[in-house]
Order: sequence, then structure tokens, then C-alpha cells
Amino acid sequence: MQKKILKSLNSLTFPLLSIIVALMLGALIMMAMGYDVGKAYTSLLNGAFGSKNSIGETLIQVTPLIFTALSYAIALRCGLINLGAEGQLYIGAICGSMVGAHISGLPTILHILLILIAGFLGGALWGLIVGILKIRFGASELITTIMLNYIALELVSYCVTNAPFKDMTKGAAPRMTSVIDAVKLPTILSGSRLHAGFILALLGVLIYHIFMWKTTRGYEMRVIGLNPNAGRYSGMNIKSNGLLSIFIAGGFAGLGGVIQIIGLTYFLTEGFAANMGFSGVAVALLGGCHPLGMIASAILFGALNAGGVKMQLLAGVPSASIYMIQGMIILFAVSRELFKWFSGKGRSLLPKKANKTSGGVANG
Amino acid sequence: MVDLITNFLTADIRTATPLILAALGLVFSERAGIVNIGTEGVMLTGALLGCVGSSIWDSSFAGALLAIAGGAVLGFIFAFFTVSLRSNQIVVGAAFNIFAGGFTITLNRLLLNGEKVVGFSNYPIPILSKIPILGDVFFNWSIPVYLTFIAVPLCWFVLLKTNIGLKVRAVGENPKACDTVGINVFRTRYGAIIFSGMMAGLAGSFVSMGQLSSFTEGMVAGKGFMAMAVCVFGNYSPISVMLAGLLFGAADALKYRLLTTSIGGYYQFLNMLPYLITIIALCAFAKRTNKPAGSGIAYRKE
Repeated sequence: MQKKILKSLNSLTFPLLSIIVALMLGALIMMAMGYDVGKAYTSLLNGAFGSKNSIGETLIQVTPLIFTALSYAIALRCGLINLGAEGQLYIGAICGSMVGAHISGLPTILHILLILIAGFLGGALWGLIVGILKIRFGASELITTIMLNYIALELVSYCVTNAPFKDMTKGAAPRMTSVIDAVKLPTILSGSRLHAGFILALLGVLIYHIFMWKTTRGYEMRVIGLNPNAGRYSGMNIKSNGLLSIFIAGGFAGLGGVIQIIGLTYFLTEGFAANMGFSGVAVALLGGCHPLGMIASAILFGALNAGGVKMQLLAGVPSASIYMIQGMIILFAVSRELFKWFSGKGRSLLPKKANKTSGGVANG
Repeated sequence: MVDLITNFLTADIRTATPLILAALGLVFSERAGIVNIGTEGVMLTGALLGCVGSSIWDSSFAGALLAIAGGAVLGFIFAFFTVSLRSNQIVVGAAFNIFAGGFTITLNRLLLNGEKVVGFSNYPIPILSKIPILGDVFFNWSIPVYLTFIAVPLCWFVLLKTNIGLKVRAVGENPKACDTVGINVFRTRYGAIIFSGMMAGLAGSFVSMGQLSSFTEGMVAGKGFMAMAVCVFGNYSPISVMLAGLLFGAADALKYRLLTTSIGGYYQFLNMLPYLITIIALCAFAKRTNKPAGSGIAYRKE
């Protein structure tokens, strides 16, 4: 037991180190640009955790991040690199908001469930395209996921400006029809906008944990992800496992999209979840694709996103500057060798076996 | 009619130029075995630095140089992380894109705020530019455009006919064998990545100063990923990359033509064409691809 705790503490060292180094470098850059760093970081912290409302805002940001991170993690566990969470999220959101806007008269719970299923299926099928292209034609998922992101973005752009998807209210900005009031998720923290979607996100993490570590399918996927040949020789079906993993991965991203709709924005606009795809990749990697790790890193990224707004307001530092910090965190988090390099042991450590930190093999 | 054709071809070349520039750089880094999805971020940085340089020194040439220098620095950092530290190339690329998104906005608010700068001006080539139709389409451009179309055969020659190109290709296919025969894998990959960064920087500066002459936030808007698509669709070879870039540019130019017609309402589907074409090409050529065997795998010296 004690050994286990020590081990998990040890695995925290590098992520924490990367966060600290990234925050310090971020401070240096801000200083070089002439901003008041102390004020910036205090207002950032204040904006992220300073009040009930700001905690709510942070957790609102956390919700879709958890889903896109899960999406990346599920595929990665099976050896696939899913850079397409953004597209899958958008397609899920389109499907879900259609069900949420154009069906009425159902019992609320059933209706919400239907919306979630529509969102899941939308994202999942969008993900499945990637899997089929990879297995049938050998097309690298690296490129196809990115291409499908842009195709999804164009579809969104079409849906918000054209019937029957578009909101026909006179004078409305380009957006899809709003979901009916009955299916809007309730807030769960009084005095904030935090909605029940956050609980669904935590539930998603739990499902991920159970599926990956307590079921045979999950076990097979992890084996294949670590070593496809080992999987093949022990009779596992590489193709069907790969397809299933990208299907579920896309589904989780789709859920993230649809929950953002029925929990927060109520209608789909262009860019309603901008950057959530690649941020999800960052969250998953910083959290080591571990259930608790991903929740923790989603909270960090969510806090930065939410706090950035206050930082801009109070310290005059553009809120976008937190992306610099996020970029550096993720850069350092996957570069363990860097710290070894600087601790002077770099050279002697080189011939050792590779760190499988990110697990991703960019095979094509 | 003649006007229509000249306008169409001009729009095609203008859109294709940054794509081809960045994709030519990508050809080298991809052939050397590096998957670089950070091009989007480098182009964005190039777009900003181009305007910053042009604003400080009142010269688009200085701006382009600053953008190229910035691209080289980013390339060096990318190489340090992916080649020396052997970090996952895709993740480093994604981190670059996230960082550049924040960096450019912050610096823009501080220095430019949409300020108009000196953009690239056209230099009609004497005599040739007087040829009807052709003159306007091909010989009345700014320096970066001429440079792009000179760079295509140059890159082809270097990649396929010289020792340097051989090294780049070999390092991507089988780094270990290269090491055995005395080719410096690290140095070759560093060089390819830095070159790719410089090209992306220049491409970015053309995005901000080619037609407009100011920086707007997020203005690269996927052109870096599109350049990746051009590189893949062009099967990692310079001449085909140029054709792929022109094809994507033509799709874009066609879109603007069609906007005013009855199918203009469906322009989003025209926008999808390049991405769809890339996916189809990827599927069709997956078996005959020039993508190197060692793509995406960091090399560890034994």
C-alpha cells in the first residue's frame, strides 16, 4: 500500500514540474511584455477559484475538456491517435440539438437520454469513419482526423445558416434552433451557471475506468495499444477492437458537445467549443490518460481558461496569453528527458529504454 | 470572359502560394521522418512577425526576414524537443499550435492592434508582364510568389538529385543504417525541421502581407493543416506538391466565383473539397506513398 502511494506520488513529479516551469516561463514572457505578473496571476487565481461563481465557471470549462480528453485517451489506449475530437464534438452537438429542438412532448428524462444518445452516436459514427479508412485503406488517422475536423466545421457553418437546422427567429445571429426548455440541464451550484453536465462528465470518467480496467474488451484494447503483435498472437481481433475504440472515442467527444448545448449554450453557434479538441489532447496527456489524472489536469486547464477572463479584466493581460502557458505545460509534460538533460544526467541516461510517456506511435 | 479567367488564375495563385511554400518545407521534414503538425502555429507566428517587422522597419522585406527568422527559431525548438529529447512529435506540434494561438494574440494587442503595415508590393517583370493575359497572371507578382515557383524546381533538384536530399530521404527511411554509414541523423533532421520552419514563417508572412497588409487574430485559420494536406496529396514530392497546391487554390477561387450563383448557398460543401480530396488521395495512395518508413519515430543513438 505504502509502495503504491509512493509510486503515484512519484508519477506526479514530472507533471507538477512541468506546470511550475511553464508558469514561471509564462511569468517571464509577461514581464518581458511589460505586464504586472503578480497582479496577473492573483487575478487569474481569483477568477478561477475566488468565489462560488468562479468555481462554477471553472467547472463549466472542465466539463467538455473531460469528454474530449476521454476521447483521446480511449483511442490512445488502443494505439490510435485521435486528433479529431473537435469534429466529433461538433457532429454530436448537431445531432443532439436537432433531437433537442424538434421533438417535444416526451418525458424530460427520456428526452434528455435521447439527446445524449443522438450526441453519442453522431460523434461515434464520425469517429468510425476514421477507423474504417484506416483499416480498409491504411489511411493514417493523423491526417484523416484533422481533415474530418475541418469538414465538420464546414457542416456546422452550413447548419447555422441554412434551413432546416437554422434558427428561424427574425434577427437571430447565425445559429441552430434552440433546444426546448424542458431538456435544459439544471444548475447544481446555486449562484453559478454550473450545470449537471459536470456530473455526467465525472460519470464518463468512471465508465472509462470500469470499461478499460474491469472488462475483457478494455483489457484487449490495452494489450493491443501496448503491443499489437502480442494481441494478435493471443487471438485478439485488432480490427474490431480498433473500430470499437474509435467509435467510443468519437462518442465521448460527441457527448461533450451535446452536453455543452443542453447545459450551457442551449443553441449551437459556430465556434461554441473552439479549441476544445486540442486542449483535450493536452489534458489527456498531462493526466497520463489516467482517470484521476485527467480530472486533475482538466481542472487545471479549466481554471486557466476561466481565470484568464478575469486576468484580462483586472490586469489587462489578454486572456489568450494563458494558451502560451497551456502550450508550454504540455510541451514539458511530454518531455521528461528535458529535466534529466538539465539535471546533468542527460547523457548517461540516454541508452536506457525509452520512456513510454505518451504511448503514441505515429504509425501510418 | 478573359477577365474572368485572369481573375480566376490570379486568385488561384494567390491562395496557393502560402500553401505551396509551407508544404515544400514540410516535404523536407516529412521525408526526414518528422511529423510536424505545428506548421499551423509557425505560420501564425510568421504572419504576426511579418507585420511586426514591417511595422518597425517600414519594409515588407524586413518583415519577411523577421518571419523567416522566427520560423527558424521555432523550427530549432521543435527539433530540440523531437530529435534531441525524443518527445512525441504530434504532441509537440499540438503544443506549438496552442502556444502560438496565445503568443500571437498577446503580442498583437501589445504591438499592432490591427495596424496597417507595408505589404508586399508587385514587381511586374519587364517585357514578360506585357504579354496579354499570361503577363498579368504570371509575371505581375510580389517577390514571395516568384520565390515560391522558383523554389519548386529547386527543392525537387535538392531533394532528388543532390547528396543533401539523399541524406534527408535516407534518414527518414532508416536512421540506424544512416548512422552506421556515417550520416549524422540528428544534424540532418535538425536541418530539415529548421528549413521547414523558415518556409512556414515566410508562408505566414505572405498570409498577412500578401494581399491585406495587417494582422488579424487567428488569421491562418487552418492553412497550416491545409499545407499538410497539400504535402500528403502531393505525395511528399515538390512538383506534385505545387500541382496539389494549385488545385486547392483553384477550388478556393472557384468557390468565390460560385458564391454569386444559385449554388452559392452551399459554399460550405465547396470548402470541404480540399479536405475530401486529401482523404480520398490518402486512401488511394496509401500503398504507394513516399512517406518514409521511419515517420514519426524518434531516433535513439545506441
